[in-house]
Amino acid sequence: MTQLTDLTVAEIRDGFRAGDFSAREVATAFNANVAAAKALNAFIVDTPDHALAAADQADKDRTAGTLKPLSGVPIGMKDLFCTNGVQTTAASHMLEGFTPTYESTVSQKLWDAGAGMLGKLNLDQFAMGSSNETSYFGNVISPWRRNDGGNAPLAPGGSSGGSSAAIAARLCPAATGTDTGGSIRQPAAFTGISGIKPTYGRCSRWGIIAFASSLDQAGPMARTVKDCAIMLENMAGFDAKDSTSLDLAVPQWEAGLSPDLKGKKVGIPREYRVEGLDADVARVWDEGIAWLKDAGAEIVEVSLPHSKYALPAYYIIAPAEASSNLARYDGVRYGLRDLPDGANLQDMYAATRAAGFGPEVKRRIIIGTYVLSAGFYDAYYTQAQKVRTLIARDFAKAFESCDVILAPTAPSAAFALGDKTADPLSMYLNDVFAVPASLAGLPAMSVPGGLSKDGLPLGLQIIGPAFDEQAVLNAGLALEQRAGFTARPEQWW
Amino acid sequence: MSVDLTTVKKVASLARLAVSEAEAEALVPELNGILDWVEQLGEVDVTGVQPMTAVIPNHLRLRADVVADGDVRDKVLANAPQAEHGFFAVPKVIE
Repeated sequence: MTQLTDLTVAEIRDGFRAGDFSAREVATAFNANVAAAKALNAFIVDTPDHALAAADQADKDRTAGTLKPLSGVPIGMKDLFCTNGVQTTAASHMLEGFTPTYESTVSQKLWDAGAGMLGKLNLDQFAMGSSNETSYFGNVISPWRRNDGGNAPLAPGGSSGGSSAAIAARLCPAATGTDTGGSIRQPAAFTGISGIKPTYGRCSRWGIIAFASSLDQAGPMARTVKDCAIMLENMAGFDAKDSTSLDLAVPQWEAGLSPDLKGKKVGIPREYRVEGLDADVARVWDEGIAWLKDAGAEIVEVSLPHSKYALPAYYIIAPAEASSNLARYDGVRYGLRDLPDGANLQDMYAATRAAGFGPEVKRRIIIGTYVLSAGFYDAYYTQAQKVRTLIARDFAKAFESCDVILAPTAPSAAFALGDKTADPLSMYLNDVFAVPASLAGLPAMSVPGGLSKDGLPLGLQIIGPAFDEQAVLNAGLALEQRAGFTARPEQWW
Repeated sequence: MSVDLTTVKKVASLARLAVSEAEAEALVPELNGILDWVEQLGEVDVTGVQPMTAVIPNHLRLRADVVADGDVRDKVLANAPQAEHGFFAVPKVIE
C-alpha cells in the first residue's frame, strides 16, 4: 500500500471520503514524519495534538455526513500566521514566546474548512531572506542534496523555507506561505514543489505578521497544481478586517482546472533572457516553452522594459515599509523587553530592538529609515514608487498580447548554506525573476520544470493578469503534466 | 549619495536601534553597497509618472460607526512584558 505521507492533498481528501483510511491514521503518519525529521529544522513548534483533534473531528464528521472541504487533511502553517494559543514568532527572538490571543483570517479559514495543523514552520526572520538563514531558530536544511556525492547542506529557499522543505520531505502534504518578493515561488522552485502567490488582496493579511504591507500576500505551497488550487480556494476571500482585501467571490479554481491551452497565448519576456543566464535554467525554460506549445498555446515574445529596475525598486520599497511596520516592536505591548539598569524609555526601545532583531532585519530597518528620512524621501522612495508604476504598466501592456507569461522562477538551483551570506546584494539578486510580479501585485506560481546537472530541482514561473489565477493554474497544470517531475529527495534525515 | 559613520549612527538612532561602534562601522560599507546599487533607478525617465499608491485598483470602504469588538483588556495585556493594574507598565517617563 502507498504510504499515507506520499499522498497529495486531493488524494488524502478523496481517499478519506471514500473510506480508504481514517483521518487519524493520516494525522498520525504525518506527525511521525515531523517528529523524525528534526535534522531539517523545518518546524519551530510541532502541534501533533492540533492535527489529531482536527482528524478526530473529521472522522466524526464523516460518520455524520457533514464533511468539510479539507476534512482529513493536515497541513503546515508558516510561523508568520498568528495562531490562537500557539506561539507565533516570525522566526525572531523579538517574538519568542509570543502567544496570540486571536487567529489570522487565513489560518481560521483553513481550520473552518476542516484542516488540522502539524506545526508552525520555520522561515527567514520576519520573512526577510531568500535562504532561510536569518531565522533566530536556526537554518532550515533542504532535504535535497547534490548528486555529486558531497553532502553540503543546501538552502530550501526563503522566506518560506520551512514550508518548502517540509513538503518536499513529505512532512506535510501542503503548507501556507507568504510572498513579498518571491517568498513562495523561490523556495518552491528550490525544493521541487509548486506554490502560488495570488493577486494582491485575494488572501486577507489580517493576523499575518507584517513585513511590507503593499506587497505581502499569502498563498499555498504543495506538491501539485491541483493541491494549490484546493488550498487557495480555502485561504482566499474577502475580509473586512483587511483594508486592501478584494471584495470578490472566490472562484472555483479546482473545478476550473484545464490543461488545454488552445487559443491561449503565452508571452516570453525578452528582458528575462539575461546575459550569462544559467545553462540549466535556460534549458528548462526552453523545455517549458515547448510544453506549452504542445498544450496548444501560441508562443509570443513580449517586452517588460523596466525589468532590470524591479529589484532595486523593491529594495527601497520593501525596507521602507518594513521600517514602518517593525516600529511596533518597542518592548511595551508584546514581545521582548530589554531594560538595562537605569535605562529610560528611549534606552529601553533601542536596547529591546537591538536584542530582538537579527542582522538582516536591522539592515533593512536602517535602509528603510534612511530612504524615508527628510531630504532623501523623494530621491529614493518616490522615485521607486514611480518605477513601480512603470513596471506594472509593462505587465499591463504585455497582457494585451498574451494570456500568461512564462519565465524561470529563480536564476539558479538551490545554493549551499553560507554561500551568499557574506554579501547581502548577492542574496537579493536571487529574487530577480520573482520580484517584478510582486511589485505589480499579479498572480504568479512556480511549478517544477526539471533537474539541474547537479540533480537539483528548477522551477518554471507563470505570471498572469490580475484576478486571473485560473489562467496561471491552468498553464501550471499543462507544464506539470508534461514535465513529469517525479524526482524526490532521498531520505537522509 | 553615500553614508558615513555619523549618518549610520543617526539613522540607527532614528530607528531606535542601539548599535555598537563595531556594528555601525560594519554597516557603512554594506549600506553604501546597497545604495550604490539602487542608485540606478535615477536613470529611469519618470516624467509625468505618478508614484504607485494602490497596486490593484480598490476602494476604501466605510463601515457603520459602531463598536465591533472590545472588552478584551486581559487578552490585549496577555503578551505584555510588564502589565500592572490593567495597564502596560513602562519605565518612568516624567522626572
